[in-house]
Amino acid sequence: MADESKAPKSPESSQPDVSGSSPAPSAAGATPSSPAKAAAPAPMQVPLDNDLSRRYRERFGAGILDALEDRKQSILIVGAAQLLEIARYSLDEEKFDLLEDYTAVDWPRREKRFDLVAQLYSFTHNTRLRLKIPLGVEERPSTLATTWPAANWLEREIFDLFGIAFLGHPNLKRILLPDEWQGHPLRKDYDILQQDTAWVRENLDIESGQ
Amino acid sequence: MADTMHENGAQKTDTLFGADELVINMGPQHPSTHGVLRVKLKLDGERVVGSECVIGYLHRGVEKIAENRTYQQFAPYVDRMDYVAAVSNGLGYCEAVEKLLVVEAPPRARVIRTILTELQRIASHLLWLGTHALDIGALTPLFYCMREREEVLKIFEKYCGARLTTHAFRIGGLQYEAYDNLEKDVERFCKDFESRIQQYSDLLTGNSIWIGRTRNVGLLNSADCIALGASGPVLRASGVKWDMRKAMPYAAYDQYKFEIPVGTRGDTYDRYMVRIEEMRQSRLICLQAIENIPTGPIMARVGKVLKPPAGEVYHAIEGPKGILGYYIVSDGSVQPYRVRIRPPSFINLQALDKMIRGHLVTDVVAIIGTLDIVLGEVDR
Repeated sequence: MADESKAPKSPESSQPDVSGSSPAPSAAGATPSSPAKAAAPAPMQVPLDNDLSRRYRERFGAGILDALEDRKQSILIVGAAQLLEIARYSLDEEKFDLLEDYTAVDWPRREKRFDLVAQLYSFTHNTRLRLKIPLGVEERPSTLATTWPAANWLEREIFDLFGIAFLGHPNLKRILLPDEWQGHPLRKDYDILQQDTAWVRENLDIESGQ
Repeated sequence: MADTMHENGAQKTDTLFGADELVINMGPQHPSTHGVLRVKLKLDGERVVGSECVIGYLHRGVEKIAENRTYQQFAPYVDRMDYVAAVSNGLGYCEAVEKLLVVEAPPRARVIRTILTELQRIASHLLWLGTHALDIGALTPLFYCMREREEVLKIFEKYCGARLTTHAFRIGGLQYEAYDNLEKDVERFCKDFESRIQQYSDLLTGNSIWIGRTRNVGLLNSADCIALGASGPVLRASGVKWDMRKAMPYAAYDQYKFEIPVGTRGDTYDRYMVRIEEMRQSRLICLQAIENIPTGPIMARVGKVLKPPAGEVYHAIEGPKGILGYYIVSDGSVQPYRVRIRPPSFINLQALDKMIRGHLVTDVVAIIGTLDIVLGEVDR
């Protein structure tokens, strides 16, 4: 796993939505169902301060909003503005040659509503690194498909299910849902029973898919 | 194939449809697509010059469902993604949630999990081999492969009562103790299986038709594999000696000796050889594991209501098809805030376009087969 166990230091960052720009209260408030009890003992997320995070900070300064460690896995919170340079650097210098996964998480109560989450893996060092990019609703991040071609379909999936549009993507259109579908199902304000009833009526000749 | 659903969108973005080339549809209902996959092929004569996959026919919104279920309730759903390797899916999910909870399954549970997961890998590869050979025109291997797969499914059935969507594991360990003769059954299967693999090999490995249809078909070199994220046997066949079970061991894999088979050219024949050898290695792992199954509890102390501390975790295993990852975000409640599944089939399928360019339409069938995709997992 993404190594280097550090002793827990500060409790300030115990919520998963911590990022340089999140004044909103907490993750728990965002769930439709049960809010979490505030009984959590030791915080699972602690600041990360190892060689890797120092190299990134030195190189990109304010572009690295935060560095965390959660259950021994390294996380860098990265500003969207410098995403492309950071991705390039990760691939070329740090040898994170595999973009293992790329997805998003919706935090509707936060000022920056989305987190893009990239799981990087390095064959050379056998380590993982997670990049998290906080993103406002209207923001359009640069595509990573030029850095890691694997991002092509993954970004289409994010676009399809979250409605995040990537700048410079070679073929940005829906991938899992029909092209004419309205709405983005993995957003938290899209109810689980919700659907594009107009599309269903028109194309499937039934009143409802439920 | 009458289909208006995606036509407009495709034209708008201009990925296909040049002036003089012929565009044909393969699928969605085509026996060689192993599910509901539609591939638009742009042809110059009979040669493929471009392609586009249209997927999503089996999309059920598994990740959305996860956010509306408790951690335990969601576990049976993962079986229905890659439904020919349900045990592997379950292992990845259970281990990811265990990591999130910061608990570890007891040693006995981990060894039994390893045995069942390796049997599942054999079953998954057998189904792949049978259908892949059938696609290319060899009818016989299918019957042989189904014969051995049946033995594996019988072991699953004896263990947990289900054959396909097994839900064999629980978060924290196992629900069921191993039945009395599990070791004996596994041993008997493994003993027989060695000669059975030889039978498949006799039918195909030196078969000149097989070689003609698979050698230098669907080439993918290691750099392209890594760039496109392709993993599992596809990656290994291109010469990268890498396996999650060795790189970041989970379950009980660190205790067993096994080899990582690799190919040299990264063609369809190499991928066939790699999977055949992987079955041999899985058999060896099973034989080592039944030698010494630790005694003790099969369930860690996790409680009835799971409320993982707020935070997030990513855990990946080496599924039969490639890296199977789970990224789970917890907000401290009983339901996951977000579950992301990194589906190996989906990401491997992305390499299809690169692999089929320049080949004949008949080779497309072989190349879809060699990727070993399951559409239930591609579409989720």
